[in-house]
Formats: sequence, C-alpha cells, structure tokens
Amino acid sequence: MNDKYVLEMNNISKEFPGVRALDDVTFKVRPGTVHALMGENGAGKSTLMKCLFGLYKPDAGEIMINGKKVEIQNAKEALDHGISMIHQELHSNLHRNVMENIWLGRFPLKRIGPFTFIDERKMYRDTKELFDNLRMDIDPKEIVGRMSVSRIQLLEIARAVSYDAKVIIMDEPSSSLTEHEVERLFGIIRDLKNRGVAIIYISHKIEEILQIADEVTILRDGKKVGVWPAAELTNDLIISRMVGRPLTNRFPPRENKPSTEVILRVEGLTSPLFKSFKDISFELYHGEILGIGGLVGAQRTELIEALFGLRAVERGRIFYKGKEVKINSPLTAKKLGMSLLTEERRATGIFPVLDVLENTCIANLPKYVKRNKLLDDSMRRAEAKRAVEMLDVKTPSLKTLIQDLSGGNQQKVLFARWLLTEPEVLLLDEPTRGIDVGAKYEIYTIMADLAKQGKSIIFISSEMPELIGMADRIMVMCEGRLSGFVSGEEATQENIMRLATKFMA
Amino acid sequence: MRLIESQKIKNFITMNAIYIVLILLIIGIAFIDPRFISIVCLRDILIQSSTRIIIALGIFFIILTGGVDLSAGRAVGLAAVITASLLQSPDYLRRFYPDLPQLPLILPILIAVAICLLAGLINGFIVARFGVPPFIATLGMQVIIYGANSIYFDLPPNNSQPIGGLNRSLTELGTGAIGEGLYSLPYIVIIAAVVAVVVWIIANKTQFGKNVYAIGGNVEAARVSGINIGKNLMVVYAMAGALYGLAGVLEAARTGGATNNYGTSYELDAIAACVVGGVSATGGIGKVPGVLAGVLIFSVINYGLTFINVNPYWQMIIKGLIIVAAVAFDIRKYRRRK
Repeated sequence: MNDKYVLEMNNISKEFPGVRALDDVTFKVRPGTVHALMGENGAGKSTLMKCLFGLYKPDAGEIMINGKKVEIQNAKEALDHGISMIHQELHSNLHRNVMENIWLGRFPLKRIGPFTFIDERKMYRDTKELFDNLRMDIDPKEIVGRMSVSRIQLLEIARAVSYDAKVIIMDEPSSSLTEHEVERLFGIIRDLKNRGVAIIYISHKIEEILQIADEVTILRDGKKVGVWPAAELTNDLIISRMVGRPLTNRFPPRENKPSTEVILRVEGLTSPLFKSFKDISFELYHGEILGIGGLVGAQRTELIEALFGLRAVERGRIFYKGKEVKINSPLTAKKLGMSLLTEERRATGIFPVLDVLENTCIANLPKYVKRNKLLDDSMRRAEAKRAVEMLDVKTPSLKTLIQDLSGGNQQKVLFARWLLTEPEVLLLDEPTRGIDVGAKYEIYTIMADLAKQGKSIIFISSEMPELIGMADRIMVMCEGRLSGFVSGEEATQENIMRLATKFMA
Repeated sequence: MRLIESQKIKNFITMNAIYIVLILLIIGIAFIDPRFISIVCLRDILIQSSTRIIIALGIFFIILTGGVDLSAGRAVGLAAVITASLLQSPDYLRRFYPDLPQLPLILPILIAVAICLLAGLINGFIVARFGVPPFIATLGMQVIIYGANSIYFDLPPNNSQPIGGLNRSLTELGTGAIGEGLYSLPYIVIIAAVVAVVVWIIANKTQFGKNVYAIGGNVEAARVSGINIGKNLMVVYAMAGALYGLAGVLEAARTGGATNNYGTSYELDAIAACVVGGVSATGGIGKVPGVLAGVLIFSVINYGLTFINVNPYWQMIIKGLIIVAAVAFDIRKYRRRK
C-alpha cells in the first residue's frame, strides 16, 4: 500500500436547516484499494458522496484529487476528474439498448459531408471491448429493459469503468445480485484494483466488507468515528463502532399501557414478488407501539403497504379484532379503522397545490356530507382547525398551500388528516424522515399521546435509537423475512443490527 | 411598508391576471369604437359564449384530474345531429324520419345527452381500467364518434344532407328569450349560467369535487387517502360527456339545423379557455370563474376584434399569443424555488 492518496476529502462540513449532516469529516482513499464507507442510515455516507459528486456544496472543507485541490460543481465535472458512481437505484434508460446507455452524452461521431452522425460501428466495437476487458457476457445491442436487474447492475459497473475513472463509488452494488454474481463482482473489483483504480464501497453487509475491503471508514451522526485497516476489524467491532452512541433524552416519556388484547394479527403474510416479504407473522396489541427495524431493502415498507391494501398479497391471513379480513384497497383499510403515513411524504402523502384545509380533510370527507349531499363547510373548517391546533401545526392559516410549510409541519398535517378519521391502528413509515430534530420530538410526543389514548401504532424506522426510544417491542426484518423481536433490556443497537443482517450472505 | 404594499399589488395582479386582461381588452376595443359598450354587444357575446361555457366546464373537470378530452367537439356534433333528426317540423319536406310522430321536446334532448354521457363513461372506463393516457383514449373516441355520427347522418333518406326544419319548440330554446327587446334575457344564456352554478357547487361543495382536486393534485396520495380513483374518473368523464351532449342540443337549437361536422375542434377552444382561465394542465388547480373568464376572453376577441374590423387571420395570431402567454404567466404562481 503506498502513502499517496488519489482522493482526499479534508474537514468536510455540511449543514441543512436544523441538522448537521457532516461535521468535519476527513476521508482519504489510496489508489488501487477498496475503501469501505460504513455507518447507519443517516450517518452521512450519502451526503459525503453527494458532496464529492457536486450534488451538494460543502459548507467547509476541501477536496483534493491526486494532490491537487479541485472544485466540483456537478456530476459532469466529477466524471471529468475521473470520479464515477454506481447508484443504488438504477439510472438506465430501459427502452434503449446497452451501448446507447453506456455512451449516452458522449457518442462517438463521424462526419459525412456536412452532416454529423453517430458512429454506430465504433460504438459497438468499443462496447464489446469494454465488456471483454471486464469479462462480462453482455450483448451491446440488447435492450436494457429486457435484462435482469443483476445484469443491469453489471452494465452500470461497466459504464462507470468506461469513463476511465480513477475512483469508482459503489453504493450498495450487491443489493440485487445473487451470491454467484457477487463473486463475479468481486472479481471485477479485484481487476480494477490491479489497474490502480480506487473503489469506494458503501454497503451494510459487513461480511462483504470484511471480504473485499482494504480499509474501512466509519461515520456516525455526521462525524467520522475513525479509519481502520479491514484486517483489524471484526463483525462485532464494526457494529459497536457504527452504533455506539450515548442515548440522551431525545424521546418523551411514554405512559401507554399495552393491553393483552390483540387488535391485529398477521399470519404468514407473503408477497407475490420473489424478492419481497415472506411468511410474516406477528400480533399487535391495543395501545402498543410496535417498531419495525431493518436495513434498506428489508421490505418493511412493502409489508405495511400490503397491510393497508396498497400491495397484493399472495398468501397469509389478517385478523382484525379477532375477525379475519381481506384488505385489498386503502378504502377497506380505512373503513376498518386503519391509517397509513407513507414514507415518501411528497410523492404519496401531501397534495402540494392544495391548501392545509383540503389536505387535512381529504381522508375524512364522507363524515362531512350533509343530507342534501353537500359538504358541511363550517364543520369541515372547525374540525380541521381543531386537529391542526391540537398537533400544533405552524401555518399562517388554513388557506396556506401545504407546499409552503416545512417538512415537519407537513408531516403534522398528515397526522391531522388521519387523526380526523379516528383510526385505531396507525401505520407510520419512517415518520420522522427528513424532519429536523425539534420537530422529531413533537412527532414522538404525538405518537406517545396516541398510544396512551389506547391507539395501536406500527412504525418503521431506520434509526435504531428511535426504535429503542419509542417502541414497546421491536420487530426486525432482513431481506423480506422476519428475523426476530426484541424488547426491554434486549432492545440494544447491537441486537437489532445482528437481527437486521441475520439472513445476509 | 411601501415594499409590502407593492408586493400586495403585485400579488393581486398575479392572482387576478385573467380578469384584468379581460377588462383591458374590453376597454381597448371600446377606446377604438365606443359603440362596443352596449347591451346588444354584451348580449351577443354572452350568446356566443353559452355553448362554449358548457363544453369548457365539462373539460374543466377532466383537466383538473390531469387528463384531457379530445372527443368533446365530436360529441357536440353527435348530439346536435341526433336532436335535430328527432325534432323536425311535421310539415318539413325532407325529414330524417318521414313518419316519426311529434316527440315531446325533452325526449330527444335526453336521448342525445344520454348517448354522449355513455361515450364519456367509456372514455373514463378506458382511462381508469386500462390506464390508457387520456390523450390517446379520447383521440380514439373522437374518431369513433365522428365515424358513427357520419354513418347515422348518411342513412337514407337523409343521405348526408344538412338536417333542417327544426321544430319551433327547439329553435325557441336556442334563440328565444325571457322578456322582449333590449333588456331580454336569452334562454341559452340562462341555461349556461345554471350549468355554471351547478358545476361550481359540485366542484366546491361536494365530496366528489374535493376528490377530483385531490386526484389531480397527487393521485398516489389520493389512493392512500382511500379515494376510489377509478370510480371518480369514470364519473368525471361521464359528466363531461353529458355536458357536451347538452351543448350539442343547444348548438342545433341556436343554428336551426345540424350536420355531422358540427362541433369540429370545439375541444381545442375549450381546452384553451380552461388553461387561459388558470386551470393547470397538470391537474389539481383551477376555478370555475376562471374558466368563465377564459371563455369570455376568446368571445370578446372574436366578436370585439371583428367589431373594430381586425383581419380574422390576425385574430388567430392574437389568440395563439394569449394562450401561450397566459400559461407562461400562470405557471409562475405555483412554481416553487428549488
């Protein structure tokens, strides 16, 4: 290992309103090595990589490439500096073929007279050569949409390599690969290493990291915990360094008393999709807060969306208050007394162009229809006002468009929307995502109050302290399967992390 | 303090741009020819606007859901032909159905409206059930309706002759008025006004109306909120179809006849009126008074510019500019800084 660094990110800080996403983080990568970047969700890995890729502008700190200071404004400049990235979500144009995807934005050209055309033959040759070098068996003319997800992943890797990158960032590259394909990915990574390319490898899979990485940098709460040679690390060491944070008083006291009465029972719930949830069985008690933990890809969202009738179920039974029910639409779920706060607040929660009043009332309109079929506007306004005040939503008026409120206040409006329907079971998917610290506490308080009133809550969270601080019991999932429950004394970050990686290769 | 005042004025202008443009247009025309400000002109403009308002209010709901309807104009034509064919004077020589007895006025109207409602329902079903983009689904329906209408229109003994000699009860509906002379109020204007009020109530005071705004505002959020998307879409398209049917009946009544080419490209005028009136083409945003103002602007341009002898081809250019400018301006209202 040599002492020169191909990439140095020195003392990077980045602040968002209400949250310090990166605090004086230094991250250095040597050429020809695999450097793993680890941390919990929200530890700052993505933010750091986005700073490197020019998607965010750091508030402080400098980036050096081969010892020279650089300013990176956008993804293209990052590529020009020899940094390329394989994204966690695939970015291919599924309707076009492989080689067009690889050379998009930099097609080889040829001139015929006054006209410029794309040089298809050269493009084909170059693509073939690229794949041969990487020992990938992909036809450059295959339509991407017809390829399997794992092959598309390989294509993305080839594309990253095709930029002659000095540094390749791989964000969860193995998430959609089979065991055999992961072996091949590692083969490719070793080839790249031998050619002097540095790999930044982001993954939750500790076993993989220990197998492939040379060095490991661990982040926690936007701060660097440290950097170690992978050979000096073990599974337990990594976990304790990732999660070892003292818990302060970040959560309100909970006074709810879960009863022994079951309100919701799920037996063997299985998705028709191969990669999704399988054989999930659990019980939810009256007045209980049940947390669901797990890593990205554990299929937690898919599970509760299926409970709410948004996704199909192949097998399994759901019992609500002791009676078996079939929930095949959100309307059915709502009528039973369930409600769902989705994870993607903007995509599936708010109506951005409608005002706070309409956003608050929309799920409860049937209750305001008078006998003449018209809506009772004064009742609507009064109820919305009551709910908005009860949850302390900070809004200039009910007529304000919801898109003009902060994320935390939007989330409170969504709580208000569902509280008006007087639900008995609340499904909350990452209820505090993208919300600043102060508003988080308010959301926790709302949850604690609701449970105290005897409502039952299931909430998904990727933040382990939140699970430990708010849940009576924590159910942990891994790759679509239920890996166990923890509660009380056993509810430690180490135990959750162990369960969350239980079925990983 | 002055800054806040100027901000307020700016805000007022942005929010009410459409009405300001309408008033400026009228003032401008009156400046060139003061005779434009008269009861006669006003009434003519309202009469010209009546059927357009009804069509635009039908399409209004569809655009609110984020869709569009290209079959509106042909549906108008179909309704006009059906109504005219069933309501001819007994003494007229070239009757569509020579032996048809005199039907009560309401029956042919209901038949025409029901057929258009059905066409709309099919549009809605195809959009909701199969997820066909509304642009495509209604383009298909446009062509189908025209074909069906032309086959009907070509039936012997009519053989594609313009249908005339309409029953007086029908033409009275299109040209008659309450009262006489200068201050009379045409029936057709009253009907359009009633439709506007009813549509306003549906849009603002009913659960259905709120659901439509929600679906257009964010269809996924609407689904999660327990709104039945498919059912609501079908009602929207069916209701729009019924309104086109009513407009077709009134077109036949107003002009005293019908051919299969009635209503051609009326949907484009209606869409233009909606977007100029502040209805967002991406759905979720729009108000009934805005649609009315949108229709009136185009009627004032048509009537007023002809009144002051502006070349009709120039009128087209002005109309086109207004459509694009209005939307470019309107988008600023809701665009948010990234």
